[in-house]
Amino acid sequence: MFISTNWLKQYVDLSHVSINQLAEDITKTGVEVEQVFPPIMDDDHLVVGYVKECKKHPNADKLNLCQVDVGAGEVSQIVCGAANVKEGQYVIVAKPGALLPGDFKIKKAKLRDEKSEGMICSLQELGVDEKYIDEAYKDGIYVIHEEVVAGQPAAPLLNLNDSIIEFDLTPNRSDCLSMIGMAYEVAAIYNKDLSLPNVQLEEAEEQSSDYISVEIDDQQANPYYGAWIIKDLQIKPSPLWLQNRLISSGIRPINNVVDVTNYILLEYGQPLHAFDYDRFGSNKVVTRLAQEGETIKTLDGEERTLANHHLVITNGEEAHAIAGVMGGEKSEVQDDTTTVLLEAAYFNPKTIRQSSKDHGLRSEASVRFEKGIDITRVKEAASRAAQLLAELGGAQVLGSIVEEGSTEWTHEKVTFNQDEMENRIGVKISMDQLTSIIERLQFDYETDGKTITVTAPPRRQDIKIKEDMIEEIARLYGYDNIPYTLPTGEMSQGGLTERQKLLREVHDYLQSAGLYEAVTYSLTTESKACRFISPDVAMLNVTPVKLAMPMSDLHSHLRLSAIPELLTSLQYNVARNQYNVGLYELGSIYTQTNGEKTQPDERTRISAAITGLWENHAWQGVQKPVDFFVLKGILEGLFDYLAIENVEFEQVQLEELHPGRTALVKVDDETVGYIGQVHPTVQKEHDLQETYVFDLNLDEILQATNTREGYKPITKYPATSQDLAFVVNQEVAQAQLEKAIIAQGQPHLQSVRVFDVYEGEHMEKGKKSIAFNLIFQNNERTLKDEEIEEARGAIVNQLEKEFDAVLRG
Amino acid sequence: MKERLETLKEEALDQVKSVTEQQALQDIRIHYLGKKGQITEVLKGMGKLAKEERPIIGQIANEVRDVITEAIESKKEKLEQEAVENQLREETIDVTLPGKSAQVGGSHLLMSVIRDIEDLFTSMGYQVAEGPEVETDYYNFEALNLPKGHPARDMQDSFYITEELLMRTHTSPVQARTMNKHEGKGPVKIICPGKVYRRDTDDATHSHQFTQIEGLYVDENIRMSDLKGTLNALAKHLFGEDREIRLRPSFFPFTEPSVEMDISCKVCSGKGCSVCKKTGWIEILGAGLVHPNVLEMAGFDPQKYSGFAFGMGPERIAMLKYGIEDIRHFYTNDVRFLKQFHRV
Repeated sequence: MFISTNWLKQYVDLSHVSINQLAEDITKTGVEVEQVFPPIMDDDHLVVGYVKECKKHPNADKLNLCQVDVGAGEVSQIVCGAANVKEGQYVIVAKPGALLPGDFKIKKAKLRDEKSEGMICSLQELGVDEKYIDEAYKDGIYVIHEEVVAGQPAAPLLNLNDSIIEFDLTPNRSDCLSMIGMAYEVAAIYNKDLSLPNVQLEEAEEQSSDYISVEIDDQQANPYYGAWIIKDLQIKPSPLWLQNRLISSGIRPINNVVDVTNYILLEYGQPLHAFDYDRFGSNKVVTRLAQEGETIKTLDGEERTLANHHLVITNGEEAHAIAGVMGGEKSEVQDDTTTVLLEAAYFNPKTIRQSSKDHGLRSEASVRFEKGIDITRVKEAASRAAQLLAELGGAQVLGSIVEEGSTEWTHEKVTFNQDEMENRIGVKISMDQLTSIIERLQFDYETDGKTITVTAPPRRQDIKIKEDMIEEIARLYGYDNIPYTLPTGEMSQGGLTERQKLLREVHDYLQSAGLYEAVTYSLTTESKACRFISPDVAMLNVTPVKLAMPMSDLHSHLRLSAIPELLTSLQYNVARNQYNVGLYELGSIYTQTNGEKTQPDERTRISAAITGLWENHAWQGVQKPVDFFVLKGILEGLFDYLAIENVEFEQVQLEELHPGRTALVKVDDETVGYIGQVHPTVQKEHDLQETYVFDLNLDEILQATNTREGYKPITKYPATSQDLAFVVNQEVAQAQLEKAIIAQGQPHLQSVRVFDVYEGEHMEKGKKSIAFNLIFQNNERTLKDEEIEEARGAIVNQLEKEFDAVLRG
Repeated sequence: MKERLETLKEEALDQVKSVTEQQALQDIRIHYLGKKGQITEVLKGMGKLAKEERPIIGQIANEVRDVITEAIESKKEKLEQEAVENQLREETIDVTLPGKSAQVGGSHLLMSVIRDIEDLFTSMGYQVAEGPEVETDYYNFEALNLPKGHPARDMQDSFYITEELLMRTHTSPVQARTMNKHEGKGPVKIICPGKVYRRDTDDATHSHQFTQIEGLYVDENIRMSDLKGTLNALAKHLFGEDREIRLRPSFFPFTEPSVEMDISCKVCSGKGCSVCKKTGWIEILGAGLVHPNVLEMAGFDPQKYSGFAFGMGPERIAMLKYGIEDIRHFYTNDVRFLKQFHRV
């Protein structure tokens, strides 16, 4: 929303305040200012000039030598290159000393031996946006067609001296979608009087009702419709003052009729529509809901198909406008139009909103209708338009508007008292101050000295409840004047839940283990959403949740694993020569049982992906790429950190993962996720070297967390270390041996640790050797050699029996 | 004989002086002081001496032996020290060569910002509340005073899944859910961080997924001034003690009155520059007093209870604090970006 301050000043005296101050005050009190556009030019050196004589430049074919009266009898010789300059024209002259947009300073000059004392300007040179310039002046100087005198300042004439404020209106302040609404707001801020337009209309004896009748078919959709006949119109360009105002609001001038309706839209916030009466095709207006499939060709040349909830303006037979949204082409005002049917109506905001949405048409009119216009001013706005049409188009306004429906408004009343204000705002505001603020707002009110009842004016449809008045009072009292306090209620126990604390520990651990936290998108492609799904998720019989209307295929489905997006992040890094990357993400996946439409479950997953070198110490010759055991080590560290004991890794084959390098991760015998190498073909797809990932159900893991039990005294009895190496078949997993060793080593076996794995030369084919270091210890006494021997014997026997293991000598 | 001893002494001392190897020193000891050494040899001739001369020569021989022994000992100590020094010299390394760095990861900047704000508010007695990202239309809109067809729904075009389910467009539904759980009894003091989603095309300033963190305080007699005091504490915590705040009117369907909070621009100290669009102020967050409809729908009596709520975007805060120019940096996970924020 653009507001011309020159225009605003017509309603409110703003002489005491600078434009920047005004912008700041409005922002602080009510409506956010987006930007202030300073005057394009406010320069005395820019004047109206009269071209007394125009001759060819003696030394240049394309130049003209003009003698220009620039006022007070002063005639300047100006060399002008424009083809359209002619004797007898009133033009805009930039005199020497003028500073044109783009820091273009006008100086006295000599052009091909002829002196030139200034410049005759085109509108472009004056900084006017191309889109507002009439075709006739696009390639030349601007010629004034109004009554002017040579020497009069030209900047005000073209409104170049205007400061324009752009507002970012919030949806509740639709009252500020008009100059008058904005004037009320500014008057309230500065406690000033308002001078609103004085509508004086002379009506002809002939009656509008002789030409037109109005019928409303659906009162709900169209509470009020007024039609006015304006006759003997002459279509022509609007005068400069009107054009200027439209331009300052960002609307391109067309002709006097269109311009007047737009002007009223801007001034009153009341959209009007002018039909060419002779093209309307009947003498009655019937407003009704459209028939399903009915069509209309709108002003923009589009053929539009209507539905039965769209309100249309018809001539009794066919639609001539989509009410409040856009007029029809058939009865468009054209250069030969002489009689206009002026529509001034109130349409149901919801009806217009739906219609505008369905047709993808957000016009200046629809925006206002859908927010709710001031119904009590519809007729006044129409009179003002009729008055201007009479003035600017030489037209006759026929006797009074023909109307149907009612412009009555049920006023909201809001009651509050001083204590309520204090209890909500936090500062005591006296009754006098309260009523004075209400008076500044020009709201009617009653008070018994304790409570105040405000009657909200129809232009302020946002005032409905006490809280709305609290806001009005607070903002005009000034938020700056409200003190800083803190709530004084009971103290409450704040802090994190156990789960939240654990999550933070997981973050801290993974970061200290060398991984960077990543945040990836939850919405992904359909194919990514179906990949890397962990068996514990797949068993839930899920399909990815799909958006009803995605913006693109890139973000159409909700993920079932973060791994695909993490791989995308790795790929992004590698493509930028960042080869060594370790990322993890702690985030949700969204599971919905196949075929159901209920709210999906959100499960927190902990996922990681690493690629590149893990140990990288080149000058000492250490450069180890990441491998399975690096990532497994990080995971084991996490389990250890969280004191989770019963963890198993079980070889498994999963899609998208390396068939020989992937394990299910089980906690307390439940599968919680997987860890493994990304399948080489998938790696290749992502241009990645060896990449390892894990994806686990975090909540399952957290449930298995054991709080460490008390303190275990540190024993003073010595430990005994024993090394045992076994040769076994290659298929035998280390974990199986370890499990058996632990079972047999009780009660004195404290720990088992693999210290060597060997296969290859000196080893029978299909066999491998695994060496364990065992620590035996008793916390109460020194162990006897026989006890250790016994345990060792049991272990060796069991492994021989169970795994065909041979103890190496 | 006396001369012979003196000569030996001089000879030995000379040799000790010039020796550089520990082994050679040992050889000298054996040569002069050993059982078959030179001094013993000389003393073998003692028998030929006059009786009264013997103690004199004996004493001289002992003195010579002592002098040589001492010289050897001190030389030995010196050589040993030299040997140690040599070894240390040989072991010298270029300490400027790079070390073997431990792998260190780090927190994502958005999560750091969120944690920082959580910590501030939990220290003030708030709890951290969370809720689903796929929300019902009811909690995302209706419970927040945005009935179906409400014009303000335009402000946040959403990703719907079904007519009743959508990706939440803000973290505010968590407020409604948490209030419901309190069954009409205050106080409710929560801070709600999380991911949210809107129909935006990703570019430097828009992201279809982003984060929010909101605060809610519902109790008896919560006032606008309490909101102002709380936001002031937050702004100073985030941006520094020297920042000023201002509130100005705004509109959110779930609060009334609604305000936006600006902080004074750090770059120009309020004078106006390109960062603050020449206003001297930078918009940080939206806030307000909880709308009575919202309280009522969540089971709180608006006659008895009031509350304030505020919400902000960690992305925006991080971008302002660190001068980050493109919101997409938060979602590409470029390690060159992540590494700059190990800790903040």
